[in-house]
Amino acid sequence: MKKVYKLENLDCANCAAKMEDAINKIDGVENANVSFMRQRLTIEADESILSEIIEKAQKICKKIEPDCKICF
Amino acid sequence: MNSKQKKVLIRIVISGILFVGISVFSKISGYDNKLIMLIVYLIPYLIIGYDILIKAVKNIFHGQIFDENFLMVIATIGAFILKEYPEAVAVMLFYQVGELFQNIAVHRSRKSISDLMDICPDYANVERNGEIEEVMPEEVSEGEIIVIKPGEKIPIDAVVIEGKSEINTSALTGESIPRDVAEGDNLISGCINGRGLLKARTTKTYDDSTVAKILDLVENSSLRKAKSENFITKFAKYYTPAVILLAILIAVIPPLFFNGIWAEWIEQALIMLVISCPCALVISVPLSFFGGIGGASKKGILIKGSTCIESLSKAEIAVFDKTGTLTKGNFKVTEIYAEKYSEKELLYYASLAESFSDHPVSVSLKEAYNEELPKNVVSETEEISGHGVISIVDGKEVAVGNIKLMKKIGIEYKECNAVGTIVYVAIDKEFFGYIVISDEIKKNAQAALNELEKLSVKRKIMLTGDRKEVAENVGRNLGIKEIHSELLPDGKVSFVEKLLKEKQKEKSLIFVGDGINDAPVLTMADVGIAMGGLGSDAAIEAADVVITDDNPVKIPLAVKLSKKTMSIVMQNIIFALLVKGIIMILGIFGIANMWLAVFADVGVSVIAILNAMRCGKVD
Repeated sequence: MKKVYKLENLDCANCAAKMEDAINKIDGVENANVSFMRQRLTIEADESILSEIIEKAQKICKKIEPDCKICF
Repeated sequence: MNSKQKKVLIRIVISGILFVGISVFSKISGYDNKLIMLIVYLIPYLIIGYDILIKAVKNIFHGQIFDENFLMVIATIGAFILKEYPEAVAVMLFYQVGELFQNIAVHRSRKSISDLMDICPDYANVERNGEIEEVMPEEVSEGEIIVIKPGEKIPIDAVVIEGKSEINTSALTGESIPRDVAEGDNLISGCINGRGLLKARTTKTYDDSTVAKILDLVENSSLRKAKSENFITKFAKYYTPAVILLAILIAVIPPLFFNGIWAEWIEQALIMLVISCPCALVISVPLSFFGGIGGASKKGILIKGSTCIESLSKAEIAVFDKTGTLTKGNFKVTEIYAEKYSEKELLYYASLAESFSDHPVSVSLKEAYNEELPKNVVSETEEISGHGVISIVDGKEVAVGNIKLMKKIGIEYKECNAVGTIVYVAIDKEFFGYIVISDEIKKNAQAALNELEKLSVKRKIMLTGDRKEVAENVGRNLGIKEIHSELLPDGKVSFVEKLLKEKQKEKSLIFVGDGINDAPVLTMADVGIAMGGLGSDAAIEAADVVITDDNPVKIPLAVKLSKKTMSIVMQNIIFALLVKGIIMILGIFGIANMWLAVFADVGVSVIAILNAMRCGKVD
């Protein structure tokens, strides 16, 4: 299951790269992509655990860029 | 500029004026009470840098120690401690100017893609139980009747059942001349209806419609990353910790072992950290690809990702399908020879005689006649399979068919050697003339091939399922030397397989087809380009590049844009690494100051971004 989320206030390209790296390391994530240009987060994961993953991803984003929010 | 950017600009202006004022005042008056000066300089510093300070503190709590904000804060506080107040303010000011600039650049190129997103329809007017309802496009099923009012976007692929209008396809194809549509014509979703009201029956669901496919393509185009893009991400991963280690060594080694002054070498270490930010690379490389993809989409070339740009730029072999790619695929009367009477009369009798047939020849004849044919003048029609037809038109016996028909009814004819389908016409057992129907070569096909030659795509090959003579004629006209005709679809596959083995490893093979029947080859080629692919889902899915109209000149244009994008990417990588490298070496020897460091960070980013913004601009 592939889902796309909008990211708000993603202002730093290096942060986007860091986020992508960290989100890819979350258990259950098959593939994650953070597009700085499109301000989009794409996650491929099993649907049953997707909401958990998103919560974790949200924390990661906050940590790297405090203003950054995943819209879901 | 949005409101966020405007705020930053105002802060930059205020703090800049204060900074200049204070500097000038202290120079003229010679006033140098350090404490007072510190307080005075802190005002513009805080105005311009307060958000950076807050972010830095927050990030420390989040465990993100060596981010840009932190580096800037440490570096400027370091300058304050060393009593270099103007430097501290100026560095922060310069940094913010650079950030603002980056922000604007990124927003601008985001906008170019989101403009494309404008093709997304918001609603559909669907006719249910005699009433018109406004619903989400996703809720309309196949075969329902939709109404498209003037100026509205076509929400779903459909076929017109009532009404006449012209539709604007420019958002999809870049073509500014509207296309006329009437009953029976196909409507492509994402286009804008002109002045007429159209009633249409949907032929697909929204998810299968062109507009959804294109949006999906564009949305996901950043997922397929080019090698150079991945290189940068990987590079940044090792590079940042390496520089931090280097900075620590610079701070520690000279004071410990070579009697250096601690404060001075710590400052050098901070300078090192500021230089180190990989931002110029991390921003400019994806920005270049994004710009390239955005620029191409404005010209009606949809590229599926930066990998495709990379492969396109290395094109060496171009393989073309013939029909629909180099030729128009619509069979037209290209030559008329009338022995007696006029060409018009020849067409008149031939099209009437054929008027009961739905053979493509009949359609082409009618099109060439270009006038309404009278009814009830054909009294008898006999089809002789494999030969042609004999009809009674206006009381005359008209025989229309191939050479075999002429022989069969024993008529002396003038043989024609033209390539294509030749229709001989005899009236009342007398030879009347012939009509040649052939597929036209696209107007721009030659120009496209020449242009590709210039772009060093040296080998051009044409593959076709068509007859040998026809293929060779088209090939000769276009100057294509390698022609392989009478190929079945699987023959094309094995041929392209062979070519893929022949080409140089680092170069790529592009295949251009119209997407009908050649999906396997489109997938197999390094870059599969589907031409006029708007109606065909298979093509949009299988191809790496979709050219939305059928203009072959877009092929070299895509290659050109890709080459330009790749060269800008390389320029930026080399430029950024070189400048940073040089300043870092200066830093190791303690020669670089904070000004140079900020230039290495922000200055290089700005230059790289400016350079990246050139991508996608091709005349």
